[in-house]
Amino acid sequence: MVTLTINKTSVSVPEGTFLLKAVEEAGFTLPTLCHHEALAPYGACRLCMVVIIEPHRALVAACTYPVEEGLVVETDAPEAVQARRLALEFLMSRCPGSDVIGEMAKKEGVTASRFAMPPSEKADELCVLCGLCVRVCRDVIGAAAIGFIDRGTERKVGTPFELQSDACIGCGACAEVCPTGAIRMEDRGNERILHTWNTRIALCACPECGRFFTPQPTRFLKEMLPEIEAFWDVCPECRQHKTSRQWLNTTP
Amino acid sequence: MKIKTPSDLEKLRDHGQSMLFPQGPRVSVGMATCGLAAGAGAVFDAFRQAADNLRFDLTLVATGCIGYCQEEPIVDVRMPGLGRVLYARMTPEGAGRLIRSLASGELPHENALASVPEEGPDIPKSAEVLSGLLTINTLPFYAKQHKIILRNSGLIDPRSIEEYAVRGGYHSLRLALLHLSPQDVIDEITRSGLRGRGGGGFPTGEKWQVCSHAAGAEKTIICNADEGDPGAYMDRTVLESDPYTVIEGMTIGGYAIGASHGYVYVRNEYPLAIERIHHAIETSRESGLLGEDILGSDFSFSIEVIRGAGAFVCGEETALIASIEGGLGEPRPRPPYPAVNGLWGKPTIINNVKTWASVAAIVEKGAEWYAGIGIEGNTGTAVFSLVGKIANTGLVEIPLGLSLDEMIQGIGGGGLDGKRVKAVQTGGPSGGCIPADLFHLPIDYESLKQAGSIMGSGGMVVMDEDTCMVDVARYFLNFTMEESCGKCTPCREGTRYMYTILTRIIEGEATPEDLALLEEIAMWVKGASLCGLGQTAPNPVLSTLRYFRDDYDAHVSEKRCPAGVCRALIRLIIEPEQCTGCGLCLRECPVDAVRGEKKAPHSIDADLCTRCRTCYDICPEGAVEIVR
Repeated sequence: MVTLTINKTSVSVPEGTFLLKAVEEAGFTLPTLCHHEALAPYGACRLCMVVIIEPHRALVAACTYPVEEGLVVETDAPEAVQARRLALEFLMSRCPGSDVIGEMAKKEGVTASRFAMPPSEKADELCVLCGLCVRVCRDVIGAAAIGFIDRGTERKVGTPFELQSDACIGCGACAEVCPTGAIRMEDRGNERILHTWNTRIALCACPECGRFFTPQPTRFLKEMLPEIEAFWDVCPECRQHKTSRQWLNTTP
Repeated sequence: MKIKTPSDLEKLRDHGQSMLFPQGPRVSVGMATCGLAAGAGAVFDAFRQAADNLRFDLTLVATGCIGYCQEEPIVDVRMPGLGRVLYARMTPEGAGRLIRSLASGELPHENALASVPEEGPDIPKSAEVLSGLLTINTLPFYAKQHKIILRNSGLIDPRSIEEYAVRGGYHSLRLALLHLSPQDVIDEITRSGLRGRGGGGFPTGEKWQVCSHAAGAEKTIICNADEGDPGAYMDRTVLESDPYTVIEGMTIGGYAIGASHGYVYVRNEYPLAIERIHHAIETSRESGLLGEDILGSDFSFSIEVIRGAGAFVCGEETALIASIEGGLGEPRPRPPYPAVNGLWGKPTIINNVKTWASVAAIVEKGAEWYAGIGIEGNTGTAVFSLVGKIANTGLVEIPLGLSLDEMIQGIGGGGLDGKRVKAVQTGGPSGGCIPADLFHLPIDYESLKQAGSIMGSGGMVVMDEDTCMVDVARYFLNFTMEESCGKCTPCREGTRYMYTILTRIIEGEATPEDLALLEEIAMWVKGASLCGLGQTAPNPVLSTLRYFRDDYDAHVSEKRCPAGVCRALIRLIIEPEQCTGCGLCLRECPVDAVRGEKKAPHSIDADLCTRCRTCYDICPEGAVEIVR
């Protein structure tokens, strides 16, 4: 275990823990958009900035900084607060319509951005380029259906050439992890439409009730996960009925 | 021929001796990119043609760059019995005349730049070769230089492993592989005080030590040749002029840390550098100086070239590694450092071209020799490309600790056309602008950092009184903004907004509050960005705000550009007294804003004029004036 001091509170965490986790363990919160427990540290949004006082004063991103014995950290040192506020002001100006960012900013004492852009330009932008969707698709799902396109201010996320993806399995993990709800996905009839990725995925129909319930490409999991093979046979509701019936029949 | 033993190496050297110092005349044409751009290709052909026509027997060689780029095409002529002379600004016609002189047994005066004293067997060492001609080491441009990295540049044929061997090549590799332990090599580099010449300045030996101790059997060497600073071409020139020294350095490094494979990561915009390093790797492999059991030792090493697609950020080591792995060229947070966790997650040493080019010289001559050059903490030499508004431009290698003044006034010869030098920007687009009144500062990592700039990879852009510092800051910020990968918020959003403010300033639309905001954002981008690109991108802005506040204030408060550069804040007028009505400006103006009858004073329609300065640059009478 490694012991460190955060805002005068002593906390012990396992070696290899990153500072953001330790801050939470100590009972404090920091804003973050690009961090997710299931993914490796990334350090892109620069919202979780804190100041290390000991051994050397430094402004660092808590999510990518590994804890060290005897570290003294202040989350509300002036340069940390200033860095978080500026990042939020810029993200507010990038995504003026995002309630998530608005709320986050309010908690940090920011109510308006000095960097507002002409309203038409970014009216419905919600993507903060945190890369969670890209990373979850590549590192957790293993599909790597989406990636970054262009660089700098032109950077965005999409499928290759922004066309229908043949790598997407329609699992929806991207929409699930997106912190700002920027990824639009809906199930309509026999298909799942991932509007943001210009991609449509066919759904399987339940042989019992006829309802469409899971993306066809996920069927490959059937062989990989024999223990839940039944999952792909019928829809969750029918399966529930089926198991309850079985259970009732077998119970004396 | 296969080089398997030290005596094979001796034979290689003997062979090279007859190539580098032939019995007949040797004419070497500087044909690195700088020479070729100045017309060296046609000069080379003209020499061949003239020699063939006269049936004159000479050794004609294409060499690399000797550094004095503005004097290119430079030709090095060695006449046994007479001497050795450098000829500058050679033309195809001049080449013909030169050959005729040589054929009649004399070294001509025309275009002679300097004589080169040398150790060669049949060249008079001390005597004045041509009356009134200085020797190369007394020319102001060369007098204070000390060549280690560039020791062979422009002197040898970069395609010839034999000529490299004559200049001491592979002596160090033999020494390391057959007489030193890997730890001895690391200790030697550590004691030399060599620091990373890519700009970071991290002690090279210390980095190698960490990598050598890092867990894992498989380790990798990378040579970073992804040079991308505008106006900088040090790494390109080393690869074009002396690729074998880079290969030898990397091989020694591989032996020291226990790596068996290396990569040269070079940008695809450097076709000649790629061709020459490829050729040198191929030749080394054929000779057995790369491959299995080098020089009879049990050490094996191979090198492969990876071409970068031209993203500036790929010069950052973690982005470079991601790029080699086939991923998106974007940086990741450090630690872990590549020395522990690098390419494919394995310990990796990345050093700049110039660092690798220093290694063989250090192993050959010893750590003490190297540590005696430069100043304490900043030992050895560094290469700079001295460009901009300066009399002598070129590639300069100096011992660290030389003052900026000695560099700019001494080597550079002061401002172009006698104009006053205003500032110098060191370290490329991420460096800062240092004002002339700080030119007493020594060129070393710490002093430049303290002055708000960086050493960087060796870019040195000189600015004179006609340079607007706000315009300069905006130019460099535009570069870093476009090259930002966009991963982290401060670098992506902050540079864009700083650029917006700077644009407002040069257009005369900024307020004093904008200046405060500019500084606030600059400090944030510097402090909160993920990688070196973002952390240094604000340097041009912060340093010009610090040293040239008057320039900013004039733009903001008086809506005036003191240097007369910013288009929105100047007017062009024609002084009727001086105008002869020649009509040149009238013909050349791209928007037809000039009015006037022939032989009568002309005038400029301010509403149509776009302040492009074509008339100002073209007027033979100097009658066009910039109203600031």
